[in-house]
Order: sequence, then C-alpha cells, then structure tokens
Amino acid sequence: MNNGDRSVVVRDLVKRFGDFTAVNHISMETRNGEIFGFLGPNGAGKSTTIRMLCGLLTPTSGQAIVAGYDVARQPESVRQNIGYMSQKFSLYNDLKVIENLRLFAGLYNVPHKILRERIEWALDMANLKGQENLITGTLPGGWKQRLALGCAVLHRPPIIFLDEPTSGVDPISRRQFWELIHHMAEDGVTVFVTTHYMEEAEYCNRLALIYRGKMVALGTPTELKQESMKGDLLLVECEPLGPALEALQGTPGVLDAAVFGNSLHLVVSEAERGAAQVQQLLASRGMRVSKVEKIRPTLEDVFVSLTTERSRTREGAA
Amino acid sequence: MSHSSSWLERFQSGSVAESPVGEPVQHFATTNHNFGGVRSDSGLSFTRLLAMAKKEMIQIVRDTRSLGIVVLMPVVLVLLFGYGVNLDLKHMPIYVVDQDGSQDSQDLLKRFQNSEYFDLIRVVRSYPELVRAIDDGRAKMGLVIPWDFSQNLRTGAPVGVQALIDASDDNSANVLTGYAQSVVSDYSSQVQLQWMQRRGMTPPPPVLSVENRVWYNEDLESSAFIIPGVLALVMSVIGAFLTSLTISREWERGTMEQLISTPVSPMEIMLGKLIPYFVLGMFDAALCVGLALYWFHVPFRGTFGALFVSSALFLVAVLALGFFISVIAKNQLAASQIALLATFLPAFLLSGFLFSIEQMPKIVQLVTRVLPARYYVSALKMIFLKGTPLRMLGGELIPLVIFAILLSLVATGVLHKRLV
Repeated sequence: MNNGDRSVVVRDLVKRFGDFTAVNHISMETRNGEIFGFLGPNGAGKSTTIRMLCGLLTPTSGQAIVAGYDVARQPESVRQNIGYMSQKFSLYNDLKVIENLRLFAGLYNVPHKILRERIEWALDMANLKGQENLITGTLPGGWKQRLALGCAVLHRPPIIFLDEPTSGVDPISRRQFWELIHHMAEDGVTVFVTTHYMEEAEYCNRLALIYRGKMVALGTPTELKQESMKGDLLLVECEPLGPALEALQGTPGVLDAAVFGNSLHLVVSEAERGAAQVQQLLASRGMRVSKVEKIRPTLEDVFVSLTTERSRTREGAA
Repeated sequence: MSHSSSWLERFQSGSVAESPVGEPVQHFATTNHNFGGVRSDSGLSFTRLLAMAKKEMIQIVRDTRSLGIVVLMPVVLVLLFGYGVNLDLKHMPIYVVDQDGSQDSQDLLKRFQNSEYFDLIRVVRSYPELVRAIDDGRAKMGLVIPWDFSQNLRTGAPVGVQALIDASDDNSANVLTGYAQSVVSDYSSQVQLQWMQRRGMTPPPPVLSVENRVWYNEDLESSAFIIPGVLALVMSVIGAFLTSLTISREWERGTMEQLISTPVSPMEIMLGKLIPYFVLGMFDAALCVGLALYWFHVPFRGTFGALFVSSALFLVAVLALGFFISVIAKNQLAASQIALLATFLPAFLLSGFLFSIEQMPKIVQLVTRVLPARYYVSALKMIFLKGTPLRMLGGELIPLVIFAILLSLVATGVLHKRLV
C-alpha cells in the first residue's frame, strides 16, 4: 500500500507548549529497515517527537517527512503508512483480543479478502493463538504489549513507531518483545522506538540521545561509545565513596566523575597517568582504594558524560 | 513530571499551540519524497465506519450499567409517569359544616356528592373541627352552609356559602375553586328557576351560554399527554446522557490516542459512535410507544410513519448534542452533568411535557424556542391526540431538522480541531 518509502526525515523540528520548549530543533534521518532508537530520560521530549511524527501533534516549526508525507500537511496519509503504539496501553480493555484486532483491521481498511489471513498472522506473531476470546483487560502486561503491536501492524505499515513499548513489562517479556521488533526490521520495516532503558538501547541499529528537548548525540551504539567520550574511562573502587567523589571532581585532569553503583566512573584525558594521579590523591586523603582500572564505556557513561557537559555549558552561559 | 505524560491534559484543554503566525516554517523539497503513494481516501470509508459502530455496540452491550439504562429506564419512566403523575383533580375530599340542616342544604350537598370532582367525606358539627380537618390534610376543602341558608333562599335575600380551600398547591386550589363555583352556580340557577315558576313568571330564555366540547383528549385524561411526553424524556437520556460519555471516556482511558493514530476521520468516529445509540434510542422509543398503547391504552390517532420520522429527527438532534458535549467536556463526570442540564431538565420542565408553555413567562417561552424537546413534545401531542399527518407537522419538524444538522456539524468541527 506504500510507494516503498520507509524513511523518516526530520529537519529542525520544534514543539513548544506555551513557554516550554519540549522539542528543540531536532534533525535526523532514518535508513530503511533499521531500528532507530530515541534514548533519553522521562520528559526529554521523546514522546512529543514521536507524536509529531505520527501526525498527532502539529509541529511549532520545522518539518518532518514520514513515508514521503509531510506530517503537518498530510497527516492522514502519514497515518495510513504507519503503525503506532502509545506509551500507555491504549487498546480497549473491555473488548476481546479478536475484537480489538478486528477493530483495528477495520480502521486501517484492511480489505475483507485478506482480513482473516492478516489477523491470523498478527495472532501468530504476537504469540496469542488460542487466546482470541480472552477479554483484553485480563491479559498479563507482556501479552497486552504484543497485542498492541499486533494491532498496530495489521495493515503492514512500512514504518512503526513504538513509544516506550516495554515500560512496565517483566524482563522475559521484554526480551521476547525485542525479538519481535527484530523480526519486523528483518522484514524491512523501519522501527522507530523510544526507551529510557540503556540496555534496550543496545539493541538498536542507531541511536539518538535526547536530553531536555535537544539531540545531544547520534550514531550506532558502538560509535557513540567510542567517539562521544573525550578521554578514557576509569573505574574506581574506594571507601568512602561520597568524599572521594567530592575530592576528585575538583582535580585537574579529571574531566568527569560520577557514582555508578558502589564505585566511581571517572573520565580522564589519558588512562595510565590519570590512574596514578587518582591513586595518589585518594591515598593522600587517607582513603582506601581497592581498584582502579580502565574500562570500556557503556551507553550510560556516554549519556552521563554528554548530559553533564551540557548542563555545565548551560550553567557557564547563564 | 514528564511533560509528555501531561500531553493529554494539554490536548484536552485545547492549549496545544498551533504553528504561531510569523514563525518561519522551513519547507524544503517535499515533492522529492512524494512518489505518488496512497493518498488519504477522502470521504467516508464504510469499512472504518462499520468497525467503529461494531466496537461501540460491543462496548455498550458489555457494559451492564449502560445496558441497564437502555432497557430499564424507559420502562421505569413510563410506569412512573403513567401511574404516579396524575394531574387530574378528581375525588377531592371535602368536609362540611351544615348549620342549616334543611332540605335545601341537603340538595346542595348532594350536588357536590354527585360531582366526580368531590368526595363528601364527612359532615362535622363545628367550624373548628372543619379547620382541623383541613390543617391535617384530611380535607382539601371545607364547606360551611350558614344557619340562615334555607330561610334566605325563600325570601330571595342574597345567600353565601363559605368554602375553605387548602391552597398549599395554588394550581389545584384554583381548579378546585372553579369546580366548587360551578356546582354552586348550577344550583343557584335551579333555585332561581323554581323561585320564578312558583310566582307564575316565565323564566327568561337564556341570553348567551357557552357550551364546551372538549376535543382530542375528550376525557381530559392527563396520561394521554404525559405518556407520549415521556418519550421525549427517554430519548433525551439515551441520546444525550449516554453519548455524552463516549468521547470523554476515550480520552480518560487513553484509547483516543491509539484511535486517532489510525486513518479514521472525525466524521467516521462520530457516526460510528452514534449509529449504535440511534438504534438503541429507536428501540426505546418503540418500547415506550408499546407500553403507552397496550398497557395504558393511550389513544393514538396518528400514523406510525409520522411518529417514526419525528422521533428519528429528535434523536439525531439530541445525539449530536450529546456528542458535542462529550467532545468539549474534560471528563465523564463533567460530561454527564452538562448533558443532564442541557437535555434532561429542559425536556422535563420546559418542553411543555408537564407544564404548558403558554402559561410560562414570556422570557421563558422564548427560551423554549431553542429546545429541540419542545418541538418534539408538540409533535408527539399532535400525532397521538390529533392524528396530525406528517405533512402538517412542518412547524415542529423543520426546527428539528435544523437542530440535527447544526449540532452534527458543530460537533464534528470541534472534534476535528481537537484531534489535529
């Protein structure tokens, strides 16, 4: 039903609610059949962006082209070529599984001839065969999410938008759900997904890091981990943690310091020299250091590093 | 709090900003992306409409509360009004003090007794006893026949009979006074006649007299116009009250967001939601009419065609009103209250259903002109009691058509603005 355009192109997209800028000049472009992740904390502007891309909110300025259609001017055409799963579960709880599927098949104008086949396909994909007559409200969280995905793709859209699809779902269901997403992508569907789970972000082909309405980095998870850190990452295990962090934050050569679990992660310009410096400083203050080693950064490190940099420049500017 | 979670609230309160004027919107080569794919199919899609209507019907049937309202309310209201509300004043209890105790006073009292409007409960001895009976509600009226009643009648002196009336309900007091006066004046003219005959005078021929003939509701039974009026009440509740919840419920439960991410159009949402309620409303209308005709034996002189057309028009008007309320209200509670105020109360008080519009103050009469219920109740009375054919109901039906069209257009327009 589509011309084959599976892309999402965003230029300078802005959304303001009164004085509040929820989305601040975001630009990006997806590649066909990739899983594109939007990673950021709650309130960063992920959902607002996805709603604009689905034609549910009108952009304040800028432009977004989804499947070849301008979201502001051709929202109807956009809606025919996408599947959308909102953050909050929003199927009808008082309908049966099969009734929800039939409803959305009807709303997406799935032709009568292939209706049965499509619904079978969706049930199969969502692993809900045999559960057709259950009332949706009684399903466990993970099943609901799979049903929601099934309803969103009944018309085989070239692009699907998933807004925090796995929030509130147990880890096993979450993994199953990501397997589904990968199957979709293998079939050539472009998947646009938001999340605030760092480990989920690793499953994406490419990622945009969103912070306070701005896009702070864009790339594959590997690229982000390698390129976004200015310097090397050190893991420091020491006692007591709080005073150690305070002492290190002011030290020249330490670019960034943050608590990670029961250890510290430090960004230093060069690993070996930095490690020696840290050992010396903490020892001179009488703190017990059990481990200092160079580690590979995780996405979380990248995120923390990029966002603290942002807030620092922000404070500096103010 | 995340701003995105408050999106629905913003959305609902209508504060979602459109592109501000003067904001430079960059348009770049959009055409590059358009390879002539599927355009949005404008107009109504039967598939989508059917899907919406089916879903809505399933939800109504599965929700026992709304199903209860649909099935029980018409029955309860018709029975309640059929049995409970009786505006006829008949068999009003009266007490009498007959100080005269003559044949003449007996004659007068017999006249009261023979009237179907009065029941002569008791003849008491003293005035205070009479007053007590009125005070504690045993009597609606007390009659005092003076000791010189018979004597004065014979001498031709003016005679007065005192009537004490419980006017705590001033309307029925007025009616009662009228009835009492007519009984007394009938008696008075008979006495005059006898007086003249006894003196060998020929009574003058009656100069002018009014002869009343009651048409359309010959027995002046209030149920004959109240029960058809209940139809308007039932349709208002089904039409506006139930539908007023449908859109606000979708917003409250978050299902609206999923709904509007599909290609379904505002018009399809509205029609898809209203069709099931239309079916239910007409079902209820049939239920009320059935009860009226076969249980209460209300006279029906019109045609079912005229009844169907006017009911359908009224139903469309109230459905559109309910839908409109549902679109503008923020939640189900507000929606149901607005719907009650906007339809149920006017249908009850101002439609001419219980209280005659002609007797209302001028300003209130003007207000009734913008109420669909007024025209419907008027049409119902004409169809039931007069048998007015469809082609002569223009004065009632044309306003209903205007309401139906206007309210539907406004409702879809408002929904459209809310969605995009």
